[in-house]
Amino acid sequence: MPNLNDTQIIRRGLLGRIPARLELIGVIAAALVVIVVLPSLNAFAPEGSAFHVSDFTINLYGKYLCYAVLAISVDLLWGYTGLLSLGQCLFFSIGGYALGMYLMLMIGKLGQYHSDLPDFMVFLGYPKLPAHWVPFHSFWFAAAAVIWVPGAVALIFGYLAFRSRIRGVYFSILTQALTYAASLMFFRNDFTFGGNNGLTDFKFIVGHDVRQPATQRGLYICTGLLLLGTYALCKWLTQSKFGKLQRAVRDSENRVLFSGYATANFKLFVFVVSAIIAALAGALYVPQVGIINPSEMTPDKSLEAVVWVAVGGRGTLIGPIIGAVFVNALKSWATRAYPDLWLIILGAMFIVVVLFLPGGIVSIPRRVMARWRRPEQPLPPLPTPPVEASADPAKTSPASSAS
Amino acid sequence: MRTSYRLLLASGALAVASLFAANRAHAEDKVVKIGILHSLSGTMAISETSLRDVLLYAFDEINAKGGVMGYKIEPVIVDGASNWPLFAEKAKQLLEQDKVAVTFGCWTSVSRKSVLPVFEKDNGLLFYPVQYEGEELSKNIFYTAEAVNQQATPAVDYLLQQGKKKFYLIGTDYVYPQTTNLILYKYLLLKGVPVENIGGGLRMDGGKVVSAGKYVPFSHTDFQQIVADIKQFAASGDACVINTINGDSNVPFFKEIVAAGLTPADCPVVSFSLAEDELRSMPTKDLVGELGCWTYFMSIKSPENKAFLASWKDWLGTESYPGVVKEKRAVDSPMVLSYDGVYLWKAAVEKAGSFDVDKVRAALEAGVDFTGPGGKVTMQPNHHVTKTVYIGETRANGQFKILKEFPDVYGEPFQLKALDEKLAALGK
Repeated sequence: MPNLNDTQIIRRGLLGRIPARLELIGVIAAALVVIVVLPSLNAFAPEGSAFHVSDFTINLYGKYLCYAVLAISVDLLWGYTGLLSLGQCLFFSIGGYALGMYLMLMIGKLGQYHSDLPDFMVFLGYPKLPAHWVPFHSFWFAAAAVIWVPGAVALIFGYLAFRSRIRGVYFSILTQALTYAASLMFFRNDFTFGGNNGLTDFKFIVGHDVRQPATQRGLYICTGLLLLGTYALCKWLTQSKFGKLQRAVRDSENRVLFSGYATANFKLFVFVVSAIIAALAGALYVPQVGIINPSEMTPDKSLEAVVWVAVGGRGTLIGPIIGAVFVNALKSWATRAYPDLWLIILGAMFIVVVLFLPGGIVSIPRRVMARWRRPEQPLPPLPTPPVEASADPAKTSPASSAS
Repeated sequence: MRTSYRLLLASGALAVASLFAANRAHAEDKVVKIGILHSLSGTMAISETSLRDVLLYAFDEINAKGGVMGYKIEPVIVDGASNWPLFAEKAKQLLEQDKVAVTFGCWTSVSRKSVLPVFEKDNGLLFYPVQYEGEELSKNIFYTAEAVNQQATPAVDYLLQQGKKKFYLIGTDYVYPQTTNLILYKYLLLKGVPVENIGGGLRMDGGKVVSAGKYVPFSHTDFQQIVADIKQFAASGDACVINTINGDSNVPFFKEIVAAGLTPADCPVVSFSLAEDELRSMPTKDLVGELGCWTYFMSIKSPENKAFLASWKDWLGTESYPGVVKEKRAVDSPMVLSYDGVYLWKAAVEKAGSFDVDKVRAALEAGVDFTGPGGKVTMQPNHHVTKTVYIGETRANGQFKILKEFPDVYGEPFQLKALDEKLAALGK
């Protein structure tokens, strides 16, 4: 496909198209391995045997799977709807904080000060628990907050942004500003969320010791199920009429608007859904990693998530999963094996992907095939580009803003 | 046929990923693995790489003299990358996969808080070398760091001796400055300084003071208003500034202090986060005559320090580790406390006759000592270290002129509660 530029390749879905039956088989197999086989090997294979999967590995993969869910939420916005959000980690962190608050209260008197108050409140001299912390004694309240708080933030922000027809790079900049502002707020000690140190040293989650391998295994399985559920939901969404609309908005929003669709409401809906998905990932991330602090909200974390999606392949649902797991596994390995060079290794990989693999890792097989076997027939000509696309430079953002 | 690539790819990705996570540790005979857990990239790298360097130096020095109980030290360096969840992951990796005997690491409190649960769960051993706010005591962490009573309160004692009556507290808004200033606020009250002579503002909650002093966000640059405020505060004389501002913000802060005409003679600034390593990259002419307080200064004139500095310089000339900067190096307190930590651990291992964490801990708690570049350091049962505190005056060459020593100060991590009790006893 030598004569097509990358935007065209992606728009035609040439790289992202995956045969449905094969994808189904692949996903079921991968899900079985991740959700059933690995935890079983961790629980039942004796330590020292070749099949044993260590607690460390389970915990590490739990983290990667959380990142994979986050990556899907980015892709739902960026790859499918053309909204490049650079603030997705804000929702991820809010979800984490909501569950973290519950986990902090579950420490009970086991903290440094043997007080009912979380440690940081004791040494900052809080006389009693702030009122907005009190309901977080209940797991179900916290679980509900994981969903509705980020949902509400996304709703308000999205409503204001989309109503004002903020698009393209301007939307990206605004989301970045939003998450940066939030991180500055959370860094403050008097914001009552532990300031720079955040929330940490968790002990119990719904009655289970969070440090026990069995609990970590349970959390890992939950994350695997969340990933599978998110994948299924997004698959269904993007394949239905909804998905067609998504892509229509991405490729030519004004046409959709003039065809009588309320694109602002539609984008708002996608934005809220993806915020909730990110928040769920954040909530499962916190008990597995053991800390949530405001640096998770800084814009570079959200940019990282975008990079995972780009590396894996945007506009596909498998791509973000592969990208998130691959980049983070590479990072885990390189920070140990080459602590001085790992940034160069990762940076070089990103450059290679941006320059030579705009379709991401998932596009490799197709690129290989394309080289190997020349297309038998020329590709159908592209539809003439919509007029407003050339008039508004921001319109080309879905594909061009990555490169 | 062409479709099966996707399956291949998915399983390939899994295989590659599990390869990364696979256990690569193979213990060899007569080698003991030691973890180095610092940020070698990201915002903290500028401070933390120096600690990695001094640790490598200490290991080479020990290995050259036969190692620890005949075991050669093999450093396992990992990069925490100024990313706190990554610190927790790397700590797990060091303990569960590399099975290190001990880890030296962390700079920020948040990184320590992030790895603490990991060290407790896996019963590891961590040595923490950087001045911190206290209010923590884990059975798995040894704090060679300065506690607040080994830096902030001796500095205040010194200023009180110099006849200072008014104290302005300013810091970056995070837990170390907040806690230190709260302790100083209570300490000053206890020393009979009236509330109105403590500047920077107080924040009350439920009738209790929960925050004392003036706070700025990280990387704050506009100090005009604050310095004007300080100038007004200092106008009546006998005033000083207690500075817990972190990092780059110090540059505009001191520029503004100079611009406002506040000289060290009438209103000195004592800083707790500026040591020789930081001064290398600062315009020191703005800081001449201002004060610092640490448990080590490069300018100490002891034979141990002279020998240490000479041998450190030699090592820099000959070492071949990747990433170690050789030119224009300074040594400061966190580096020396890292170095001291290595020798305290070695002494404890030799005393216990074992690398076993529980035995080494018992030996450390029973008290081991080491005479390092900053003088004698002794491990206490509460995991902190008794050491000598020095007050110094900044000079134009980025060094400190030592003005006062407080020998053998016992490290006391829990100051707030003790001060509250003392104040209550006085009815304040």
